[in-house]
Amino acid sequence: MHFRPTVKQIISALLTLVMLTALLSACSKSSTESDPAASGPDVSSSVNPGQPLMGGDLVVALPTDIDDPLDPHATFSAETRQLLFNIFEGLVKPDTAGNFNGAVASSFEISEGGDVFTFKLRDGVKFHNGETVTAADVVYSITRVAGLETGEPLLDGIEVVDSVEATDEKTVAITLSSGNVEALALMTAAIIPEGSDPAQEPIGTGPFRFVSRSPQENVVIEKFADYWGTPAYVDSVTYNIIESAETQIMSLMSGAVDLVAHLTSAQVAELGEGFNVVEGTMNLVQAVYLNNAVEPFNKVEVRRALCYALDKQGVLDLLSDGKGTLLGSSVYPAFTRYFREDLISFYPHDVEKAKQLLAEAGYPEGFDMTISIPSNYTPHIDTATIVAEQLKEIGVNVSIDLIDWNSWVTEVYGGRNFQATLVGLDASTLTARKMLERFETNNSKNFINFSDAEYDEVFLEASTTTDSAQQVALYGRLQEILAEQAANLYIQDLCDFVVMQPDVAGYEFYPLYVMDMSKIYFTA
Amino acid sequence: MIHRRRVNTNLIAGCIITGLTVFIILVGYFWTPFDPAGMDASAINAAPGLPHLLGTDRFGRDTLSRIMQGAGATLRIAFFAVCIGAFAGTLIGGLTGYFGGILDELIMRLSDAVTAFPSVLLALVAVSIVGRGSDKLILVLGVLFIPSFARVVRGEFVKQQHRDYVKNARLMGVKDARIIFVHILPNISAVLLSSIAIGFNNAVLAEASMSFLGLGVAPTESASLGIMLKEAENSLMSAPWQALSAGFSIAILILGFSLISEGLGFNGIRSRTSKRRLRLNAENA
Repeated sequence: MHFRPTVKQIISALLTLVMLTALLSACSKSSTESDPAASGPDVSSSVNPGQPLMGGDLVVALPTDIDDPLDPHATFSAETRQLLFNIFEGLVKPDTAGNFNGAVASSFEISEGGDVFTFKLRDGVKFHNGETVTAADVVYSITRVAGLETGEPLLDGIEVVDSVEATDEKTVAITLSSGNVEALALMTAAIIPEGSDPAQEPIGTGPFRFVSRSPQENVVIEKFADYWGTPAYVDSVTYNIIESAETQIMSLMSGAVDLVAHLTSAQVAELGEGFNVVEGTMNLVQAVYLNNAVEPFNKVEVRRALCYALDKQGVLDLLSDGKGTLLGSSVYPAFTRYFREDLISFYPHDVEKAKQLLAEAGYPEGFDMTISIPSNYTPHIDTATIVAEQLKEIGVNVSIDLIDWNSWVTEVYGGRNFQATLVGLDASTLTARKMLERFETNNSKNFINFSDAEYDEVFLEASTTTDSAQQVALYGRLQEILAEQAANLYIQDLCDFVVMQPDVAGYEFYPLYVMDMSKIYFTA
Repeated sequence: MIHRRRVNTNLIAGCIITGLTVFIILVGYFWTPFDPAGMDASAINAAPGLPHLLGTDRFGRDTLSRIMQGAGATLRIAFFAVCIGAFAGTLIGGLTGYFGGILDELIMRLSDAVTAFPSVLLALVAVSIVGRGSDKLILVLGVLFIPSFARVVRGEFVKQQHRDYVKNARLMGVKDARIIFVHILPNISAVLLSSIAIGFNNAVLAEASMSFLGLGVAPTESASLGIMLKEAENSLMSAPWQALSAGFSIAILILGFSLISEGLGFNGIRSRTSKRRLRLNAENA
């Protein structure tokens, strides 16, 4: 009996060989190709912007499906909010510097006490259904969003609105229950036609109007010809829902999409050269949020020890090639007026000091802790992996528990049933108050159970003052208290890359999580 | 007719490959070139070369060290999962196959029902109930492997129980337990061992796919081949050595076990056929 390989064996051996050679040649090819590109000076990342062209259909990748109703007054997900930014406008609208400029209103006045806002409506602002915006529409919209009739405010913080009335055809006065100059940020609440329900038909005044939406597939908006302001360049924008980051990259490479936002530096590196890359920050406070009510984080020494053990710059170096903005407290730098840069180095990296503090707190050998992270946020998981490695140095063993987003919302954020979590928190409206109110002892959003008498006191003072300079000082003090008490393990505001095809330009970063499609254009 | 004793190349090759991998894994328990979890910002995504023989990943961790540790973690999961599956499967399959009856029907239909579901789906449900982590993964995979072992063992028992040696033993009044474990079990060892080797394959693949889906080993727990594949996904184009190293390790592990399983099966068949042939030859003579 001789060994005679069967036909099947021969074929499978041949196939294996073919696959192996294909694999090997594929990787050798990619490495030779990327080499000249890495050093080649001819393709720089800032492709010549060129002249803006009017028209064109833009395709944008959206990382998660829009599953909220398209109601601008009641959106929870950041992705929906950033999409609706292009369809709806409020009385005022934020610009890229974070200032509020008139949109539906052409001008506004704030009374001495900061409790009456008077808006003069702009002439000839039209809804997407062709009707002109009237004071009645504004009254309807504000009444709806503030829940003046239902008693249920739809937007966070809008409950300060006490009443709204049209003093004449072109003027609307909004009265607040207490003076609050920051309330201007709330006036970005969308203006919708009287009697309309945006969940059924999203009609706004923005530069784009809603066309269609296919679940799990795409959302299409098109340019609104009768827009009162600077019209959009492109004719339409299609948001394709592409959840996998790798598919987003592939789509960019193949040219199937024109723009992908919120990429990491590793992904940008993978794309190589030849794309139009814009760098900004994500406008959120990424931190290991510690449940201040549970062992061992109820001891301030333990929290401080963790702060000293953390090498923030080291995290950035490993995570994003050093890009991103370090933070030391719960306000991100887009709030230029309030941001306390000096707090970044409040806890310099000092392992010895950390060990000493741990020993004082009664944990000389360290302890085990669990960080819960929503499993769909790769940057947070990566950050946690690095943090875990750093905390090992002081004997703290971190295990990472990946949970799905809904469990995170109900268990961690809602139920406060967690030890630590690593996420990025942002502000739903452009006010520092939104960032800081969640650490007031009795605030419903105080999921970390932070409690500090002085903090509550200062916060109350800050929210009632009408003096802007004093408010800045008080908000500064609040950030300082958070740092002193080591409420959380503050890390960074993540860097954010937007990658466009070389013939697309015009992307601008806002201090909010939005993409302004009206400014994006194709180049010649 | 000249009968030449054929060398069982499959079994030998399989044993050599598995032996080598197990040796490397054992070394990895005590020594790795670098700390598998040690990050290095100055060597992010470094290409294979010196000092990182298989390159580094996006945190600057040494791929070779992580492969050594990760293959160990994967093999550990596979080993214990197969132990649970084989032990419980043999027990259930042996008893039902030997005694038959209504319980046999019931358990076999139950295992039909279990096998009808895609195993990844089942594992997904199980993991969402018990949680992530390698110990939990062992438990989940082990339980999921029981039906396949039970099926194989039951089939063999049904076949064996009508053989003369079993009938004789019964007539002589040997107790059932003794017949099952002392008489029949050794006779099905070739089949059992070969399905254990296949079980190893399935377990390695299951660990890899579960961890790849983010349902297996937790990221900071330890490296595992599945975790490494998942982490390599984002730099598939820019740093292909990560995915290739993990992928090849999985392939080599599986190749070893597959060859062993082939070899064992071949051995069993050869010994049986050659005996029959000898007997035929004797009759003809």
